[in-house]
Amino acid sequence: MADLAHELGHHDEHEGLGVDNRKLAMWVFLASEFMFFGAFISTYLLFKGREGLTPPIPRDLYDIPFTSVSSFVLLMSSLTMVLAHNALSRKDQPATRSWLLATAMLGMVFIGGQVFEFSTFVQEGMTMRTNAAASGFYLLTGFHGTHVVIGIIMLLSLYGISRRQDGLSEAKGLNLELVGLYWHFVDIIWIVIFTVVYLIP
Amino acid sequence: MTTTASRSTIFRRPKTTTGFWSWITTVDHKKIGIMYGYTAFFFLLVGGLEALLLRIQLAGPEGQFLSQAEYNAMFTMHGTTMVFLVIMPMSAAFMNFLLPLMIGARDVAFPRLNALSYWVFLFGGIFLYSTFLFGTTGAPAGGFLADEVSRLGSAPNAGWFGYAPNTESQYSVGTVLDYWSIGLQIIGLASLLSSVNLITTIFNLRAKGMRLLRMPVFAWMSLVVNFLLAFSLPIIAVALWMITFDRQFGSQFFQAANGGDPILWQHLFWLFGHPEVYILVLPAMGIVSEVLPVFSRKPLFGYAAVVFAGAAIGFLGFGVWAHHMFSSGIGTVAQAAFGLSTMTIAIPTGIKIFNWLGTMWMGRLRFTTPMLFAIGFVAMFTIGGLSGVTHSVVPADWQQTDTYYVVAHFHYVLFGGAIFGIFAGLYYWFPKLTGRMYSEKLGKLHFWLMFIGFNLTFAPMHWLGLQGMVRRTWQYAADTNLGPWNMVVTIGAFVIATSILVFMWNWVVSRRRGVQAGIDPWDARTLEWTIPSPPPQYNFAEIPTVTSLDDFWHRKYTEDDEERPVRREGADALVAELEHTGRHPDRPIHLPAPSYFPIAVGLSLPLVGYGIVYHGEVWGLALLVVGLLATVTSFIGWAQEPSEPEPFGEEG
Repeated sequence: MADLAHELGHHDEHEGLGVDNRKLAMWVFLASEFMFFGAFISTYLLFKGREGLTPPIPRDLYDIPFTSVSSFVLLMSSLTMVLAHNALSRKDQPATRSWLLATAMLGMVFIGGQVFEFSTFVQEGMTMRTNAAASGFYLLTGFHGTHVVIGIIMLLSLYGISRRQDGLSEAKGLNLELVGLYWHFVDIIWIVIFTVVYLIP
Repeated sequence: MTTTASRSTIFRRPKTTTGFWSWITTVDHKKIGIMYGYTAFFFLLVGGLEALLLRIQLAGPEGQFLSQAEYNAMFTMHGTTMVFLVIMPMSAAFMNFLLPLMIGARDVAFPRLNALSYWVFLFGGIFLYSTFLFGTTGAPAGGFLADEVSRLGSAPNAGWFGYAPNTESQYSVGTVLDYWSIGLQIIGLASLLSSVNLITTIFNLRAKGMRLLRMPVFAWMSLVVNFLLAFSLPIIAVALWMITFDRQFGSQFFQAANGGDPILWQHLFWLFGHPEVYILVLPAMGIVSEVLPVFSRKPLFGYAAVVFAGAAIGFLGFGVWAHHMFSSGIGTVAQAAFGLSTMTIAIPTGIKIFNWLGTMWMGRLRFTTPMLFAIGFVAMFTIGGLSGVTHSVVPADWQQTDTYYVVAHFHYVLFGGAIFGIFAGLYYWFPKLTGRMYSEKLGKLHFWLMFIGFNLTFAPMHWLGLQGMVRRTWQYAADTNLGPWNMVVTIGAFVIATSILVFMWNWVVSRRRGVQAGIDPWDARTLEWTIPSPPPQYNFAEIPTVTSLDDFWHRKYTEDDEERPVRREGADALVAELEHTGRHPDRPIHLPAPSYFPIAVGLSLPLVGYGIVYHGEVWGLALLVVGLLATVTSFIGWAQEPSEPEPFGEEG
């Protein structure tokens, strides 16, 4: 990391925190995202146990085994993301590509699971119009899903870049690190959502 | 005259450094700052016009100038405009133009992202204002506002705070509130991007030796403000998404009949809204902390205390939101807690005020226009701060809430505070911006007119409010005896408007015909005064090295035995040399290249906005798809564009 920063020349003329600009910016952005999801999670918690909600409410419909599997898939995608990063630091381009693709695939499986879950819930009579808890559930998990989709697009873009002749270079390695940060964040948020929204009664 | 290494990407890359297209494609923080400034000033005129219409309506009892619908639209748009389209972008203008200059950098950390922030803000503002062309509103079922609504009334009409459930579609029919919620969503995105960018800039692009506690106070206050933005904007984003989904897709967040909770809106809104108050006023505090020392010829009294007080205000700002909700039935424990936390905010604020007074105390004061505005800021902000503390007393607040007393209070902090600070800054940095001096005579005329007009307008609102005059109500009865003071208020508003005309005249004339300013007309203390006026594109020919707080001052001045400043012998030569070397860098300087993509992304977002508002129509859905595709395409083009600095500029 230190060598890389030196090559980019950012730290020669400036005082700084010793963190690359793009990484620092990503950290700030993710801090902001915590507030975004925090507000949605609090809203769901506020609504979930209310009296007078028109049934069905989300808790009646949760399929915990199914969601556990899709959560596990998303968790594993963080592992493959780490492996992609690791492969890049070994300058192993093919392995980097494979792990990137694997990460994106796992993300897509998760999204597929969410689409299935949403459509099942709708068939069982719960739309976001049904009651406030359902609204909270759909917007929270839906916005999380949107974040996953954006992450998949970024992963596939990285994959596309790496297939060109020059591959993912050391300097661009930071891009991979950035996408990695984002991906792990999205994953962590899901762990919170799964625990707080699905598991805690 | 200019060459840019042109590499083939999707489009040919922009090259010009002058003329119309150079502004469209610029990533130069100074040009972006200037665009922010002019745009915000334009909206100031619009928001001011809206205020004048309100004041004509309220000049006498039972006014008939505006209809109820128009009155609601005007007070909503006045507040929304002044907060989101005037003070915030005006602060952004100062931060953009000044931060890199103050901390010794060539640009911000992400120049293209910076341009994106501006364009998203601009097109978000235009989207919001397009409600006057396309928006619809009308009476809800069983409502009493059943008159025909004119174009002037076809604007958001639920207040800048947009309380639910009034904003729900059964009470607010038509599209105007969709323009409001989606417009604010877009404008908020601009500020969020900018906050990420500027935090990184302040942390990572400081000149050698400029440790955090050697930064100018303005840079510090900008840092605090940008953290406030980063943490509070996502909350309003969530609230705005909720109301958008409630209105567009039938979600039930604020529908009490189905488990929803209108009070949730108030919590989310004020969790954003109270930090927002400090977002509006802290930049002005930063400006004043730069202006007062220069014109007192003394260092800022208690630099560290001012900095930490600013940070403390930022932290406490997140813990007081429910004092906006004392009449919302939040319970006595919450009322006591938020009353107390509100009182504690007065402590860091008081620290700042005493430090500013300490700065002026025994100083050699020069009463220039920026100094007058800065002193005006301290005085008026103190009044507004004190009336603010009275709100923390819950039973008193019950009397004051929803009356003109509150209107008086927040205009003293936001106009007497933020706007006075902004004008202090506009005059203070005018020579740096244009290379010329403004007319001191006209500047002082502007100050006194504005100062008198301001107090005529807002001081009487205190007693009007205590006499029971209610906010957001389009008429008052003749037998209330509120007429005379309301007439005074209206006269005051027109005095303010006159003072703005004086300011504009001064600005336009002085830009062309003012006396040449030189690099350091004020004998100032910070780095932006060590480079030519107006600053060259690369800012610093050589990135400076800093050895202390107020480094430039210490290079010009030493102290005698009684700690009075004594100008060093070589000071004049130093300034002359800086002027020369600033214009003649000894090696080529690499600067970020201009780009089309920021404006492309900025343009695509309102399309998405219209698409959401009109998603029920086929063309609306088409617009949504086109907008999203345009956004993604622009970002892909953006990602393809090399982002390393390129040799740029003519004087290398």
